[in-house]
Amino acid sequence: MQLTLWTYEGPPHVGAMRIAASMHGVHYVLHAPQGDTYADLLFTMIERRGQRPPVTYTTFQARDLGGDTAELVKRHVREAVDRFQPDALLVGESCTAELIQDQPGALAQGMELTMPVVNLELPAYSKKENWGAAETFYQLIRNLLKAQVPTDINHDPKAWQQEGRRPRVNLLGPSLLGFRCRDDVLEVQKLLTLHGIDVGVVAPLGAGVEDLKRIPDADLNVCLYPEVAESTCSWLERNFGIPFSRTVPIGVGATHDFLVEVHSLLGMEAPAPDEGYKRSRLPWYSESVDSTYLTGKRVFIFGDGSHALAAARICSEELGFTVVGLGTYSREMARPVRAAAKALGLEALICDDYLEVEAAMAEAAPELVLGTQMERHSAKRLGIPCSVISTPMHVQDVPARMSPQMGWEGANVIFDDWVHPLMMGLEEHLIGMFRHDFEFVDGHQSHLGHAGGAGAADSSALSDIPVEGDGALHWTADGEAELKKIPFFVRGKVRRNTEAYARDTGCREISSETLYDAKAHFKA
Amino acid sequence: MAGPTLLKESGPREVFCGLTSIVWLHRRMPDAFFLVVGSRTCAHLIQSAAGVMIFAEPRFGTAILSERDLAGLADAHDELDRVCKELLQRRPEIRTLFLVGSCPSEVIKLDLARAAERLNEELSGRVRVVNYSGSGIETTFTQGEDGALAALVPLLPASDERQLLLVGTLADAVEDRQMHLFKRMGIETIHSLPPRQSTDLPGVGAGTTVLLTQPFLTETARLLSNRGATVLTAPFPLGAEGSRRWMEAAADDFHLPNERVAAVLDPLMKRAESALARHRAVLEGKRIFLLPESQLELPLARFLQRECGMELVEVGTPYLNREQMAAELALLPDDVPVMEGQHVEQQLDRVRASQPDLVVCGMGLANPLEAEGIATKWSIELVFSPIHGIDQAGDLAELFSRPLHRRQLIRPGLHPSNPDTPVHA
Repeated sequence: MQLTLWTYEGPPHVGAMRIAASMHGVHYVLHAPQGDTYADLLFTMIERRGQRPPVTYTTFQARDLGGDTAELVKRHVREAVDRFQPDALLVGESCTAELIQDQPGALAQGMELTMPVVNLELPAYSKKENWGAAETFYQLIRNLLKAQVPTDINHDPKAWQQEGRRPRVNLLGPSLLGFRCRDDVLEVQKLLTLHGIDVGVVAPLGAGVEDLKRIPDADLNVCLYPEVAESTCSWLERNFGIPFSRTVPIGVGATHDFLVEVHSLLGMEAPAPDEGYKRSRLPWYSESVDSTYLTGKRVFIFGDGSHALAAARICSEELGFTVVGLGTYSREMARPVRAAAKALGLEALICDDYLEVEAAMAEAAPELVLGTQMERHSAKRLGIPCSVISTPMHVQDVPARMSPQMGWEGANVIFDDWVHPLMMGLEEHLIGMFRHDFEFVDGHQSHLGHAGGAGAADSSALSDIPVEGDGALHWTADGEAELKKIPFFVRGKVRRNTEAYARDTGCREISSETLYDAKAHFKA
Repeated sequence: MAGPTLLKESGPREVFCGLTSIVWLHRRMPDAFFLVVGSRTCAHLIQSAAGVMIFAEPRFGTAILSERDLAGLADAHDELDRVCKELLQRRPEIRTLFLVGSCPSEVIKLDLARAAERLNEELSGRVRVVNYSGSGIETTFTQGEDGALAALVPLLPASDERQLLLVGTLADAVEDRQMHLFKRMGIETIHSLPPRQSTDLPGVGAGTTVLLTQPFLTETARLLSNRGATVLTAPFPLGAEGSRRWMEAAADDFHLPNERVAAVLDPLMKRAESALARHRAVLEGKRIFLLPESQLELPLARFLQRECGMELVEVGTPYLNREQMAAELALLPDDVPVMEGQHVEQQLDRVRASQPDLVVCGMGLANPLEAEGIATKWSIELVFSPIHGIDQAGDLAELFSRPLHRRQLIRPGLHPSNPDTPVHA
């Protein structure tokens, strides 16, 4: 048993639903107890869709368990097929159905249906949402394309040159309940079109069964969301010889690298290196003097693998922040995240335990948190500004306005969203100088229209986290008073540094002098 | 036979499970914690419902079963003890811990009742541990509250005091108002279940008269009457008429003089009538279809038909307790179909065929129906709004008139029909 206050991912069948609901002509029969239809709300409320997800739930109840639940499955498969007449059928179980083992997929396959039937085996007690989405997408494509697999592979990504046409790529991975997928697709399409590259199939988002069958017609696959599409891309590479791009174009540098990678795979000349500077506003905004105060701001990053990696690069190379914590809940992405963390002199946090992430955040005492909806809870508790960069998300992160994360425009959105929660420069200076104001008090952020994280991070939240073996450490009144003079958002870090310094030097009492000694020692 | 036509239907259902009750119960009793013992699906359900609020201190969580628990490699009871202790260490201020059963824990027959008993012994005095089931296989939406309250009934101290006990979650302001009115009518001692602090449990015994504020408290009512209380049958306090009859039922039981009751209630009724008039103008003659969700559907239908002049197409309910609903059924017009259970696809066929003016439904269906051009009122809001009592009749009616009013406001602008007179110009 694992105590979970918040979960970073849903169960794997929600991932399967994301694939079915993102597409058209695909129906999903889900063997699940009454109540599991809550998942419809993710699509009708969070994604604000005007259609029901194409899912038929068997919604069994306790009284059904005494009877023939297998017959119940067959009846629902029959009804779903008659009513919705899908082009392909997914059949699977939710966590409770997994316990009663009716084998719904095998049952449906034995019903002699006219459309392809994909039996989904998603182990709900060991795997999670993104894995479920990736597995479903992979199984669906494998089922639909296995008849087309060539005996000898002779795919040439440069064939478009001989055929006298523009190069064509598929965009694989975008889905409903993914982070800003709707606008990322538009932005990447625009980006590729600017370079004379056509987009063949976008899948699963918006694709039908016939579209999936056209996937092998492209020269190259673009893997936009590795969490969902990497297994599929690599299957397509093994069986059809279609290469795929590995760079996720989030951030100015990453977008440039992505373009270079795609151009080189397609045999095209690489784009000019200053394109990002010309087409995105992030570089100039970040260079302009107003941004100087962003230098060295301590930031803690957590999210899915792709978004966390992208954020780490943007923060350190494009915004001039100092990354003081980096982690992901995507175990499959642990290796690249570890490597990125190491390059930043950090140890990556790979875990899906909300409490552990919260503890790491408190320990790192950052000035800004870039995380998921869950990190907003911890950041609120600790009184730290926070911006959402990855799923899990809630309704406010499916906005009406165009708001990609990818490409040149995505970088513009990122600049605004990540800088917004920080205290504005002038206010930061003035609060550092004058502490006795009746309106602009410690921790106040007037540009947010309310008291911001006032006080929360000050004494209560940060000091109640026990520091190992500091039982002997004691802050004198004069030490405490000096600490209070440190600007609100770095106070946690200064407290920690001073205590560490006191321990190192064997000092038991921390006075204002100790604080200045520590400051000089750490140059902080 | 006259009266509504009672029908039953089975098939795919589109309802919440009882775990959802946590979403409002955690606010009613802020000193309680709700620990679901279940799967990642359960955890995902609750955070999808409540996670839009940002919690500095979570008030609910899930002990997620792993493969080791299912394979019996780990002793489930040891595991549960460990998880509970971990939790209580983080949140020492918790006074009552609800262990909430789910589909997985019920299917593998994890004995949470015994676990609660054992933990109670260990933690005696500091935290009270109780157990109820919110599983989808056994409970639908508001039935979770029934389970939670039923779990508290054995803990109520015995008391023979003559008292009125209001049972079911009410909004704070509504509760205060009802108590004030009952006191003016002459009832001295009034308590409520659930209390605002989980440790502040009311007594129960032969002198207790129970008025149910909510229609979904079958099990709680049964247990209270086992402990000697008298459970009244009355219409539920929705709308002016229902609320009045509900209050009069208590007044009768306390033998209060009619004049005194009328002196308190008559002015309220007059005021409610004028508050209702504005909404009645919008709702009168409109046809409404209610899908099953919370068991509030019957009293709501009665209110909308009798006090707002709406025409009932079909009244769905997830579960019909005919005894407790007798007074409500008697007030519904003849031949209205009351559908217990659901086949959601067939029910939607009937919705589309009858083209009602307003459909009361869950959020899984609301936006899709709106996109088909059918106006909806999403039903979960009724559980989160102060709708009980005579003074709230106008507000309750507004919840239904608002979507229709909104349509009148924005449709002409958003769907310009005449190209010669551009609305956006």
